[in-house]
Amino acid sequence: MTDTNPGAITTEVVTHLASLARIALTQEEIEKLTGELGTIVDSVAKVSEVATDEVPATSHPIPLSNVFRPDVPGVTLTTEQALAGAPEHDGSRFAVSAILGEEQ
Amino acid sequence: MADLNDLTRMSASDLASKLSSGDVSSVEATQAHLDRIAAVDGKVNAFLHVSADALANAKRIDERRAAGESLGELAGVPVAVKDVLCTIDMPTTAGSKILEGWVPPYDATTVAKLRTAGLIPLGKTNMDEFAMGSSTEHSAYGPTKNPWDLDRIPGGSGGGSAAAVSAFEAPLALGSDTGGSIRQPASLTGSVGVKPTYGGVSRYGAIALASSLDQVGPVSRTVLDSALLHDVIGGHDPRDSTSLKEQWPSFAAAARAGAAAESLKGLRVGVIKQLDSPGFQAGVSQRFHEALQLLTDFGAEIVEVDAPHFEYAVEAYYLILPAEASSNLAKFDSVRFGLRVTPEGGGTVEDVMAATREAGFGAEVKRRIILGTYALSAGYYDAYYGSAQKVRTLIQRDFAAAFEKADVLVSPSAPTTAFKLGEKLEDPMAMYLNDVTTIPANLAGIPGMGLPMGLAPEDGLPTGFQIMAPARGDARLYELGATLERLLEQQWGHTLPSQVPSLG
Repeated sequence: MTDTNPGAITTEVVTHLASLARIALTQEEIEKLTGELGTIVDSVAKVSEVATDEVPATSHPIPLSNVFRPDVPGVTLTTEQALAGAPEHDGSRFAVSAILGEEQ
Repeated sequence: MADLNDLTRMSASDLASKLSSGDVSSVEATQAHLDRIAAVDGKVNAFLHVSADALANAKRIDERRAAGESLGELAGVPVAVKDVLCTIDMPTTAGSKILEGWVPPYDATTVAKLRTAGLIPLGKTNMDEFAMGSSTEHSAYGPTKNPWDLDRIPGGSGGGSAAAVSAFEAPLALGSDTGGSIRQPASLTGSVGVKPTYGGVSRYGAIALASSLDQVGPVSRTVLDSALLHDVIGGHDPRDSTSLKEQWPSFAAAARAGAAAESLKGLRVGVIKQLDSPGFQAGVSQRFHEALQLLTDFGAEIVEVDAPHFEYAVEAYYLILPAEASSNLAKFDSVRFGLRVTPEGGGTVEDVMAATREAGFGAEVKRRIILGTYALSAGYYDAYYGSAQKVRTLIQRDFAAAFEKADVLVSPSAPTTAFKLGEKLEDPMAMYLNDVTTIPANLAGIPGMGLPMGLAPEDGLPTGFQIMAPARGDARLYELGATLERLLEQQWGHTLPSQVPSLG
């Protein structure tokens, strides 16, 4: 992404974002999203007008520090419960297809 | 027309009185609502799933009451549950195909609290997919229709919960509000909805959209009913690390005090200049100013407050929300639960993941995930996500300054009445601007209520009045909300929800 206009949304940018987000978008979707995202990004870029250096960022609306609990065992899901919604399992583990492709 | 003995027309509070006096059984009340759902939901589409256990659960409550057990105030009252909340006995889809048919292995804390208090879950309500939307048109299971006009949207994302209460399919419902998903549908359907203080209600088992914004809250036809439901679902939950350890006052007591108030003398009501916009629909502004006049006549002092950074709120929200959503929705990976789609000819787990997410997510979800991925990418993070978080600080400062001058802040709950199905579907930015009035409260974590303020003269559709209070000041919403509700109803001579078309 070494475009001269670093914010520009091109089909290449959307294709790359889709691969980062693990969504196999169709070419048609990529083209439609490129236009829509361009409009949205142009609009939301307005935030930089007031986001000056001296303004601190807020990540969380109500300030909270680390939340701890006593280190005692609680109620957890059984294996059966944890696997109940799995698309595929072998009774004790989730089953998936190959993790590495042939070229790897 | 409305029959005074029709159990579906009663408020939850009146129904609860009849249940506790023994005039009505929970089985009768539940059956009446199931019958109503069967009669009208084909038109409204508020429910994605109707519970098969509701009558059996109602029978158990009747038996416990008959045995002399002391039960909660709402015991035996039916309630609808937004499909974003996990239910161990019903499918939970968040309006998405990627979770079609998924039955969670646990209840959300709010749902567990409903059951403990003896309420009867009737079913799961429709919503925009993963709560991304302002019209419920982004549900993978078809849109919900507005009971006031079936050609119009009920608002969103919680259009199902709002439509269910306004169509008398349930007296109460749970919603979730990330940028207005409780308050905006309440406005468009003539119902009441509350977004509690961030951390006031547990989010354990609520499928996360944007974790720094999401909050679960009540939906109903009266202010008192929302207060009663809020009392049931609120409070600290060790399973939610953002849950506040407050001792909350009784919100029902606040609503009852508000309904009985003899004057608003001493109350400073702040009108936010930026949310009293000439761009709003004329009938919305008219009803809003009439409501302000009622409050003035009853002794309140109206003060204008300035919130200069609110004009950046929608923009900041549409960076923060997609960024957090793109991360939260990474869990839908085809491995542990939900849909799995294997591409033609197979592939690696990553290929399966990408094919599953392509098939399982709708257009709006993909749009926001891609936008969020962009906002978080290296090189753009500071310009977009970082700047949006700074705007959040500025909006919090605006609220802090406004609450120096006013005890509560008010605005219309939504800039327009309900629009036609399909009207804004192809223009995402126009859809996003629907939430201009509600988003600031989410960014700041403060509580907000929407309640009906009358029908717009030009289209006869409901308009909503929003009240906001400082963080932890939820009781103020119920107090003022109940006072305003009473003043308006005295003026109208009836409740607003009673005017909805019969749909029969």
